[in-house]
Amino acid sequence: MDFLAPSTWAEALAAKAERPDALPVAGGTDVMVEMNFDHRRPGALLDLTRVAPLGEWAFDDGRVRLGAGVTYARVIAELGSTLPGLAMASRTVGSPQIRNRGTVGGNLGAASPAGDSHPALLAADAVVEVESAARGVRHVPVADFYTGVKRNALEQDELISAVLIAPPSGPQQFCKIGTRNAMVIAVSAFGFALHPDRRAVGTGIGSAAPTPRRATDAAAFLAGELEAAGLWESRAALPEGLAAEFGRKVRDAAAPIDDVRGTAAYRLHTLSVMARRAATWAWDEHRRAA
Amino acid sequence: MTSTETRTTGKIGDSPLRPDGTLKVTGEFAYSSDLWHDDMCWGVTLRSPHPHARIHGIDVSAALALPGVHAVLTHADVPGLNRVGLEHLDQPALAEDVVRYQGEPVALVAADHPETARRAAKRIVVDYEELPALTDPRRALDEGVPQVQPGGNLVRELTIRRGDPAPQAPVVVALDFEVGMQDQAFLGPESGLAVPDGEGGLDLYVATQWLHVDQQQVCRVLDLPPDRARLHLAGVGGAFGGREDLSIHVHACLLALHTGKPVKMSYARDESFFGHVHRHPAWLRYEFGASEEGRLAYAKADILFDGGAYASSTTAVVGNGGTLGLGPYNIPSVTVDARGVYTNNPPCGAMRGFGCVQAAFAHEALMDELADRVGVDRVEIRALNGMRDGDLNITGQLIDSAAPVAELIRTVRDLPLPASPEGERDIRDLPGGASNTTHGEGVVRGIGYAVTYKNVGFSEGFDDYSTARVRLELTGGEPVATVHTAAAEVGQGLITVEQQICRTELGVDRVVVHPKNTFVGSGGSTSASRQTYVTGGAVKAACEAVRAAVLRLASARLGVGGLRLDGDKIVSASGEVLASLADVLGAEAVEETVEWHHRPTEEIDPETGQGNAHVQYAFSAHRAVVDVDVELGLVKVVALDTAQDVGKAINPDAVVGQIQGGSAQGMGLALMEEIVVTDGKVRNPSFTDYLIPTILDMPPMQVKVLEYADPHAPYGVRGVGEPPTISSGPAVAAAIRAATGKALRRVPVRPEHITL
Repeated sequence: MDFLAPSTWAEALAAKAERPDALPVAGGTDVMVEMNFDHRRPGALLDLTRVAPLGEWAFDDGRVRLGAGVTYARVIAELGSTLPGLAMASRTVGSPQIRNRGTVGGNLGAASPAGDSHPALLAADAVVEVESAARGVRHVPVADFYTGVKRNALEQDELISAVLIAPPSGPQQFCKIGTRNAMVIAVSAFGFALHPDRRAVGTGIGSAAPTPRRATDAAAFLAGELEAAGLWESRAALPEGLAAEFGRKVRDAAAPIDDVRGTAAYRLHTLSVMARRAATWAWDEHRRAA
Repeated sequence: MTSTETRTTGKIGDSPLRPDGTLKVTGEFAYSSDLWHDDMCWGVTLRSPHPHARIHGIDVSAALALPGVHAVLTHADVPGLNRVGLEHLDQPALAEDVVRYQGEPVALVAADHPETARRAAKRIVVDYEELPALTDPRRALDEGVPQVQPGGNLVRELTIRRGDPAPQAPVVVALDFEVGMQDQAFLGPESGLAVPDGEGGLDLYVATQWLHVDQQQVCRVLDLPPDRARLHLAGVGGAFGGREDLSIHVHACLLALHTGKPVKMSYARDESFFGHVHRHPAWLRYEFGASEEGRLAYAKADILFDGGAYASSTTAVVGNGGTLGLGPYNIPSVTVDARGVYTNNPPCGAMRGFGCVQAAFAHEALMDELADRVGVDRVEIRALNGMRDGDLNITGQLIDSAAPVAELIRTVRDLPLPASPEGERDIRDLPGGASNTTHGEGVVRGIGYAVTYKNVGFSEGFDDYSTARVRLELTGGEPVATVHTAAAEVGQGLITVEQQICRTELGVDRVVVHPKNTFVGSGGSTSASRQTYVTGGAVKAACEAVRAAVLRLASARLGVGGLRLDGDKIVSASGEVLASLADVLGAEAVEETVEWHHRPTEEIDPETGQGNAHVQYAFSAHRAVVDVDVELGLVKVVALDTAQDVGKAINPDAVVGQIQGGSAQGMGLALMEEIVVTDGKVRNPSFTDYLIPTILDMPPMQVKVLEYADPHAPYGVRGVGEPPTISSGPAVAAAIRAATGKALRRVPVRPEHITL
């Protein structure tokens, strides 16, 4: 196995173009586990940790441009109030050691349905910025990025450079079910965002379908009910049963399986509860912010 | 492999720092996986992918052809008897014609790099014919099921019959309970280094629990006399019963003798899950009959343990599960049937709590049921029925020292309870923690109690002993004791205890603990909570022999009799200081070796199960307080408090450490720890999916240590390590039942058991 260690982004893109079999690695918290288990033997590893700009974030045209190499620990420490949903998700990632190494870009690269950042990115309408030496930059809405179990929309010569996330106009929530109180892979997860600026609702479901996915109908339902009842203006309390109905519709959007971590029935049940609670918390926060 | 020497003033009852403590905390301690030898090879094991299959042939040629490979071995290369086993020689060191579980060792490779060895192992072609597998132990004794072993599928059946054979009672409660397969989950993987001596023998450095029984097993397979296979204890990263059976021992030695080179083997985490036995899953059916006031009249228990493909210590686990499986209660009439069976599941054997853990979940759940039925408080019903000193247990054995069941359970009840939650709470204190699943919604608090007793030491007639060699001499003008035992330090703190006993008995400050090896007699197993008792007893006896020899020496030198040792002074009968220990020793070294046996036990009657099976009993109680998100099924243990009688706390800090760790391990089984086996295959051989409690799962503990000396034991000690693992889990399960109102007759309690 070859170990490629570019020091600039241009070198990294060139290396990936030359070696499509090279597996990008940043924190290594997914890649090294896969290799230790012998699940994966790439022809080369493409180490991106020397490409300094990947580790930076900045405001860019009203959005946060989060370099693919920014760790969860830094998202929590530096972006906790700017990107609350993603920061909440980041707090549930592994242990302190894992959060010091693991990156949002790596989560996208692995594209596991259980990746913790995905529901938050989906709820926030994030956009993935990818680049190749041959064709330059393209932007992929995150909902289009996940194409299958542990597969994503990257072409063979492309690398993830950044994630673009608009700071929220309303509250965000993230909830995750695990069978212990820390250091656990999601049995199911749910991301939620209120977008009062455009009177929309964002959702993201984790670990309950072949890919991370949105609960599109549920989101449209809740936004519509809020609109119909004039709640976006009034910020009145949610009508009885609305959050629960939203929860049921989120549950209906999932397609989970039974596995060693939990049953499909339990995953569906927890999604309805998490969605109900998250929507209630977010709406209550929205009301308090008035 | 290095001597540990520490200077403290710590005698028994103090808590001197453990000599390995700082090294372990700073990451400098050399564990067995750190062993290294110049020009060593790496050994790897090829294991069966099938739970049950016939082997028609093994072709190693492609593996041997790989550059860097030094040897590829199969059962055909075993020089001695190709059988291992703690109680039954039923397991091949390397599979012959049949594999009986997924993970059974089939072939070995030695290569100059571990990756080369792994690649070579993949090139070995084994011609398997899959056979029907027996994976449901409840069917093991049915007609027409696959026979796992030539002698049938029954490992042991134990019956206890006492009192009225057809008892009646006005109140009858019953339940079925199921316990999943727990793993020891020690952090230090199985590892060791075998170094050939160039004369046909070798030295094996290995992490283990009992050097001498390993040596016997190694010598049998290698066809070597004991003096040609010398074992040395390498740094042990936890054991909990999982290192009683062999792992790399024979395999590394076979490779080392075959290649003439030192061979290191060290399992990765996933292999470790296949490389040691687990706690037996159990199916338990219990019935209690009682008076209207809740006093037990009779108990019936039917207990089934899944032993997996090889016996390991299933026989003794059935012994414990049967003889101790009704808990620390007075029960006039008893019917117990306990069985251990062979299946094509992973082999199960020793783990902390050893047969009592499974039973305690059942008898404690049923005791709560009885309490509720008769309207007696759940604590008081245990006090009412609890054993006392002078009672007879269900095998008719006299309890001849403290049995403070009532005091223990009332003590934990009376400890302060955690404050009731008020106002907004930090989510990290709630079920789900930072995963943000509740801000208080659905959270219900529950409290549960449990009490247990456990035998200490080996039982049922086993001649259980330890050997200690103690040497006293001047070093730099100062008396120094050296204590040499083969008793394994696995993290529990035995080396500190050995030092404390030497300081107490010999009046010396400096005690060197000799490296543990087979150059001294057996120390017995580091299991059954027995080492402080038995090896402690041996060290005490050896010190007494040394002291007597020193006093004889002093009498001869001083020309007076009736001397005694007071600290490091030789004192006359009238109390006059005549000389110092250093004066008397001079250039002499006084050395004594003592083999010390605990009180004999008896085999139980095969028909009635009656007999004095056990040497000592240890008692503990727990109170658990849990917050359960009843909508999501997530649990946060808020408090886990305990009281335990330890007889005498030789090292109070170490005692509390054992109680904390044991409690966490028991709680883990109640909440999350399970090896999931489907159709004979392990589905979660990793710490990603085999979950053990983290610091956010384990609450702070209040620990009350009682010290009612056992007059039959050295210093009055009672074994400490196992009881906490037995009573903590049932208390947690009871607390979850209290919070949810669900019956919850299986552990680990999974979230979906609560919500669906």
